[in-house]
Amino acid sequence: MIPINLDQLEFQYPRSDFRLVIEQLSINAGSKVAIVGPSGSGKTTLLNLMAGIYVPQQGRIQIGADSVSEMSDRDRRNFRISKIGMVFQQFELVDYLNTLENILLPFAINQSIRLTRQDRQYAESLVQEMGLGDKLRRLPSRLSQGEQQRVAICRALVTRPKLIFADEPTGNLDPKNKTKILDILFKVNQEQGQTLIVVTHDMQILDGFERTIDFQEFTVDSASGSQLDDPVGATKS
Amino acid sequence: MSWLNLVIRYIQYHKLKTLILIASIFLTAFLPITIMILLAQFNEKIISRAESTPLVIGAKGSGLDLTLHALYFTTKRPDKIPYSTAAEIRETGWARPVPIYSQFTARGFPIVGTSLDYFKFRNLQLAKGQSLSRLGDCVLGSQVARKLQLGPGDRLLSDPDNILDLGGQYPLKMLVRGVLEPTSTPDDGAVFVDLKTTWVIEGLGHGHQNLEEETDDLKVEVRSDGTLQATAAVLPFMEITDSNIDSFHFHGETADFPVTAVIAVAPDEKSETLLMGHFQAGGDETQLVQPVGVIEELMSLVFQVKKFFDLNAILIAIATLFLLILVLVLSQRLRQREMQTMFKLGCSRGTMLLLQLSELAILFLFSSLMVAVAVWAVWLLAGDVVQSLLIGSHA
Repeated sequence: MIPINLDQLEFQYPRSDFRLVIEQLSINAGSKVAIVGPSGSGKTTLLNLMAGIYVPQQGRIQIGADSVSEMSDRDRRNFRISKIGMVFQQFELVDYLNTLENILLPFAINQSIRLTRQDRQYAESLVQEMGLGDKLRRLPSRLSQGEQQRVAICRALVTRPKLIFADEPTGNLDPKNKTKILDILFKVNQEQGQTLIVVTHDMQILDGFERTIDFQEFTVDSASGSQLDDPVGATKS
Repeated sequence: MSWLNLVIRYIQYHKLKTLILIASIFLTAFLPITIMILLAQFNEKIISRAESTPLVIGAKGSGLDLTLHALYFTTKRPDKIPYSTAAEIRETGWARPVPIYSQFTARGFPIVGTSLDYFKFRNLQLAKGQSLSRLGDCVLGSQVARKLQLGPGDRLLSDPDNILDLGGQYPLKMLVRGVLEPTSTPDDGAVFVDLKTTWVIEGLGHGHQNLEEETDDLKVEVRSDGTLQATAAVLPFMEITDSNIDSFHFHGETADFPVTAVIAVAPDEKSETLLMGHFQAGGDETQLVQPVGVIEELMSLVFQVKKFFDLNAILIAIATLFLLILVLVLSQRLRQREMQTMFKLGCSRGTMLLLQLSELAILFLFSSLMVAVAVWAVWLLAGDVVQSLLIGSHA
């Protein structure tokens, strides 16, 4: 299990007024954290910074023993693929790959991890667990939205990551599927102890999380209700 | 699953786009290469036929028409010259004349009246049967025999000049004496007969019943000087047989009878030059051409035209290249999201470039393979295609 620490973080997109400033933020290993806030407040940006997709102009991102903000591009990619499982709002499945191929995609696009028989078996067990056993050869276009998101979760889990970052994973789903997907994510967190960070603007799903980071109020709240002293700011400069 | 599987899956999924791109690349490369091969084969064959025919004498006019007629028995016939021209050549002692009279057809194939010297000159060998031995015999080129399913002993009727002209020539039923070995030259598509047989077809010679013993006034009338005159009721024989061959005769001097060309086979360059001088200094009726010169001139014109085709091919290639670039740029845009996802999942920009370049490489590889197979097929068939073009699509 890996904790996350952000310290004196500053990030600004090129040619943009948007500026994200986080003085200090810590996320415990194995916790379930929701990041909420209005559109454009920087929730996804924070997720991308922690995943090493973006590099902050200032500050430090420490994930376990790895200082993500100081890694080379290549190391950040390898870190991302080995330690982080990502789930997206639009599922982002590759339309020309079937269910199993989509799940195994991380092995095809990064040479730092090799697909073994165990990986394949694990992928197949994930598929069975997600109730997609009879849809292994189906293309995404022939899957329902709920099924597509379950495939995307399998893809995020297949490399056995220590952290799951989900960006609006229920944003495109009906209530029934929304509950189903959240149950799956919570179950994974509970059974495998992965740190789960979910970006959402859906206040109805916050109950299941241990902690909520609210971008609107520039504060970080814990699920227990105690006020944390991790100030997070998204400002317009 | 490897990155190559990804590439293959992408190509398989976008079948239509892939097919269009492969077809564009294939056609852009295949068409100019095919034209190049066909033209090279055409050039080789036409030059080789011209080189084997040193000099041709014929009526004044288009040297090209005369050459093509003497070499390929083309239907655009030059004016006729008298058979005495052949004698004139022989008398000079500088060349052996080989007369050609190709004015008629038999089921669409040209009937070539000539002497037995033609067979020696062209080194034509019999595959079946015998050579010409008497009036009314014919020897078929291999293609004629194959297409008409004829062999020695069969009969072949010459085509009437004009079926509506009742006073015109009667068709002659010829006896097939032999079939020539294939030569891949226009000789394969010709019906060879003795020169005199063509004159019979033309009506300059004929055979009919003996009028000396004819008592029917409708068929014969007595002139004032006591000679007998056949009427139109006397029909000429349409086939030359053992029983009627003796009745065949010609009206007029054979020296004045027509030929369309005379090939002059000179033993050496000096004789050739002397003969050329003789005919250049001669009358206004005839001309002497060197087929090689005429054909080379024709081919230089053809190659000039080919330059325009080459330019056109280059422009098409450039247009195809732009099309490919456009497709790639648009596809890049369409795949932006997919590439972004891959990047977020841990794919390097280098791998993404590799994926897209590999797709392109597979398209080019596939197209190149198709071009190679098609060009190989063209290479195999080019000889036959060119030959059929040169021999003509008779019958």
